[in-house]
Amino acid sequence: MEKAISKKVYVWQMPVRLYHWVNALVVVTLAVTGYLIGKPPALTSGSEASFGYWFGTVRFVHFVAAFVFFFNFLFRIYWGFVGNKHADWKNFIPYKKEQWKEIFQVLKIDILQVSNVKLKSVGHNSMAGFTYFLTFLAFLFQSITGFGMYSAMSDAFLPNLFSWIVPLMGGDFAVRQWHHVMMWFFVIFAIIHVYLVFYHDYVEGRGTISSMAGGWKFIEKE
Amino acid sequence: MEQKPLTIYENMQLRGYSRRDFLKFASWLAAFIGIEASGVGNIVRAMENKPRLPVVWFHFQECTCCSESFIRSSHPIVSDIILDKISLDYTETLQAAAGKQAEEALNETMKKYRGEYLMLVEGSIPTDDDGIYCCIGGRSALDIVKEAASGAKAIVAWGSCASNGCIQSSKPNPTGATPIHKIISGVPIINVPGCPPIGEVMAGTIVHLLAFDRIPQLDGLGRPKAFYSRRVHDTCYRRPNYDAGLFVESFDDENAKRGYCLYKMGCRGPVTYNSCGVIKWNNGVSYPIQSGHGCIGCSEANFWDNGPFYQHLASFPGFGIETTADTIGVVVGAATVAGIAAHAVSTNIKKCKMINQAINDTNSSTEKEEVKK
Repeated sequence: MEKAISKKVYVWQMPVRLYHWVNALVVVTLAVTGYLIGKPPALTSGSEASFGYWFGTVRFVHFVAAFVFFFNFLFRIYWGFVGNKHADWKNFIPYKKEQWKEIFQVLKIDILQVSNVKLKSVGHNSMAGFTYFLTFLAFLFQSITGFGMYSAMSDAFLPNLFSWIVPLMGGDFAVRQWHHVMMWFFVIFAIIHVYLVFYHDYVEGRGTISSMAGGWKFIEKE
Repeated sequence: MEQKPLTIYENMQLRGYSRRDFLKFASWLAAFIGIEASGVGNIVRAMENKPRLPVVWFHFQECTCCSESFIRSSHPIVSDIILDKISLDYTETLQAAAGKQAEEALNETMKKYRGEYLMLVEGSIPTDDDGIYCCIGGRSALDIVKEAASGAKAIVAWGSCASNGCIQSSKPNPTGATPIHKIISGVPIINVPGCPPIGEVMAGTIVHLLAFDRIPQLDGLGRPKAFYSRRVHDTCYRRPNYDAGLFVESFDDENAKRGYCLYKMGCRGPVTYNSCGVIKWNNGVSYPIQSGHGCIGCSEANFWDNGPFYQHLASFPGFGIETTADTIGVVVGAATVAGIAAHAVSTNIKKCKMINQAINDTNSSTEKEEVKK
């Protein structure tokens, strides 16, 4: 075993951490409210409609969270160009041979558990980066379809930028259907993501969990 | 020498209408297409100066419910529109002529008014097997449409068949039924979807063409904005129940009697663009939701395939009836959790080995050091 002396590395800058937690909060909010909108619970009440507005409120929360989500997402893209090397956009797209090599390494180490080499990456490994790239595509899809549906009830500039998706997908029904299906991608992603963070901290002891609070990870000294 | 065609107003005078009747008609038209009071003058002027509009009305793969809807349009003058104000030169179902005479009338109009006539199409066009599934007078619908469209000023696609294929094009679409806009290009096409479209909406579209001589403002799917810019949901009188979260849970429950929102009964109001909530049907008597049944989205593309009608989300193809995205989501979620559990077990075995090895390494290195001493 290597010597157990570690070195502190500042990996996640403050804006990255802030983005992460804002995103976590709004994604959970969006998934919960979105699910409620798709499948409202049967609340029996003898009252007149004019005395209640809870469903309208759920939708309002969904829309507000969606705007926060969208701008937070834009901000992260921006930070991919100006942030440190761990935040750089190049981490997310496997365009180099080394990145593909690392993806297979990660599969061998973490999923098949047949290899035990140490990865070079300190921030996102290539596999994680690529997965986040896929989630960004999902973010984009949810933003486009969500604002596309919203544009029917809004004259605002931003949602109407996305109204083209409705004719492209053949109507609001299809847009709503796929917006709903994609919600499950986020649920599955969250389950795996949280598990893997614990897994890495558990096995590697690099402080993966706390790194998203303080920004530091620990690597072995050469 | 050929006589100059009469204007719409002159035609009305010939039929014994007074100036007062004419002005009433013009104001009614203005209200129909939703223009402001000051625009009535434009309509009056247009009809005083414009000759009747030559029109050919085709019927292909359809059930004629569009025509039925049109002739039941609430205002009696609507029948006047088609018989007087426009000159309907050819239509399979309403014309007196038949056979050769009818074909001649069609050819005559297409020749004489080339580039000027209005082409109304009811029904979709089968395109498979050279279009043999719909033939009129020995020619395929595809052939007829292409020829007629080449000289048309504009095309109005009546109903869901002509504007998005409707039931003929639902899976598996055995005849290759295709809407007009996917066959014809280069001619302005107005889609007036619905199964059938509301009579007043059809009349309103014609009136707009008649009065302004240009196509109405269209949305991204080629539908007149005046009638299709709002969802049935947005104009629904049950909407307050939706916002209050008061839903019908089954068609025979107390909530249904109270007139709560039909969202959970699969109502397509929130995804359907039409004027049902405003203009309603049968002279404004009612519309589906008012009669206690959810909207089935008949003016939206693929509404037959987006089933079942009484389910909010569509069934997922390939997973059996009544399997929605949520069912699949839950199954995939459970599978993920199971996979994670298995992975966690294997991780712990691995970690035990790592710790044991580390202890062994430390022990052996201490032993070595001890040997050195």
